[in-house]
Amino acid sequence: MFRNVAELIEIAENENMLISEVMIRQEMDVHDKTREQVMGQMEKNLQVMEKAVEDGLKGVSSRSGLTGGDAVLLQKYMLEQEPLSGTLLLDAVSKAVATNEVNAAMGTICATPTAGSAGCVPGTLFAVKNKLNPTREQMVQFLFTSGAFGFVVANNASISGAAGGCQAEVGSASAMASAAIVEMAGGTPQQSAEAFAITLKNMLGLVCDPVAGLVEVPCVKRNAAGASNAIVSADMALAGVTSRIPCDEVIGAMYRIGKTMPSALRETGEGGLAATPTGRALASKIFGIPIEKE
Amino acid sequence: MKYRSVFDIIGPVMIGPSSSHTAGAARIGKAARTLFGEELTWAEIYLYGSFAKTYKGHGTDVAIVGGLLGFDTDDKRISNSLILAEQKGMRVSFHEDEAATDHPNTARVKIGNGIDDLELVGISIGGGKVEITELNGFDLHLSGNHPAILVMHNDRFGAIASITQILARHEINIGRMEVSRKDIGKEALMIIEVDQNVEDNIVKELEEADHILQVAKIVD
Repeated sequence: MFRNVAELIEIAENENMLISEVMIRQEMDVHDKTREQVMGQMEKNLQVMEKAVEDGLKGVSSRSGLTGGDAVLLQKYMLEQEPLSGTLLLDAVSKAVATNEVNAAMGTICATPTAGSAGCVPGTLFAVKNKLNPTREQMVQFLFTSGAFGFVVANNASISGAAGGCQAEVGSASAMASAAIVEMAGGTPQQSAEAFAITLKNMLGLVCDPVAGLVEVPCVKRNAAGASNAIVSADMALAGVTSRIPCDEVIGAMYRIGKTMPSALRETGEGGLAATPTGRALASKIFGIPIEKE
Repeated sequence: MKYRSVFDIIGPVMIGPSSSHTAGAARIGKAARTLFGEELTWAEIYLYGSFAKTYKGHGTDVAIVGGLLGFDTDDKRISNSLILAEQKGMRVSFHEDEAATDHPNTARVKIGNGIDDLELVGISIGGGKVEITELNGFDLHLSGNHPAILVMHNDRFGAIASITQILARHEINIGRMEVSRKDIGKEALMIIEVDQNVEDNIVKELEEADHILQVAKIVD
């Protein structure tokens, strides 16, 4: 079993296989399953992701009314004009937002690696798909590559906002997505690791400060940032840009930053944006309770 | 390693909005119900840390009760679980506890039906994954990574051997084992993680062994 990114890349290079294949074989081996079982289970997750994006693009609204409808606005804008950031990038953003709007509305999603960060991986996958025209199998492989990197983060750091802040959730999701984009675009395993490191570095220190404790503000738009960050970093890695700090050390830094983050900034709804005048007013309105005086 | 499967990372399929506060909470509730093994009529739920601060926004309350009703993380009935519980005559209460805990997402679940009761502590460690850290006053580490059987027994010589002999006869391999007791000669708990699910007839046989009080199983 690989314990860190260095070992994952070493196995992929020595055996001359894709990162997704290393993950698939480990899953078969550890859980005594056939390839068909493992691939079939991931295919089901892929279908849940497709359905969530489809629902989100039709337009949903959360119970609190804080989120919903932005994915529709983005798609409409893209139809009417060429977005400044490019069609692929904004398509990924709209699909990431769609997924998280469905999540906020208590719809069905697949956690990647968490629900609050569930937009980054499918958002980028379904946008990059239109450019690279992958086979269905390659789309399933994309999820295994994402999963392989997420597996390392979960075991060596954290994927919980309550434990490590948003850097552990959207940071991890964004970095997982960028590593998988690199593989789908034909990059090397090492380039996937570079993309992962570059992406996560740009998310370090990101706090978890949800307004009213709801997975809505700023979570939905952080997934938009996560999706765009993933695509840009993937392009950087494919261009040959490398990270001066190795991937595993970036993961270690993320863990230690999370450890030193005050609890007000770790999914308690007490600090950051949640503590702004508007954040407090929204919380008070949603739960029908008066604003607490300092 | 806490996470052993790629499907802990890409998954679970679930009802939003939070994998740790909704899906994980549902799994803690379901673990309590599974271990209790009977219908319950009341539940007292104590929430700590981030769970206590944000449970209304995340639906942690409906998720735990959904789990107590036997719902999986992707069961749409979770959002109506408080009403469904009331219809079944289940009394449910929630308590926000200020006490400091080792993990920010901790829940203590007390359930019962007037005859038996059960108390467990679960933590939600991220991405929907949970661990049970306490059961009826016993400290333990149950990850849910493998099928497991939990055996309440009297602390007597031969109690452990009688269980392992039965498992050996049915060719069930033990992956990990943990024993804890309240005091010498008093109640004790065996946690046995196995490689395959243990059939009900074997559980029944285990229950009939010497010094054994109760057997519960957790399916992978």
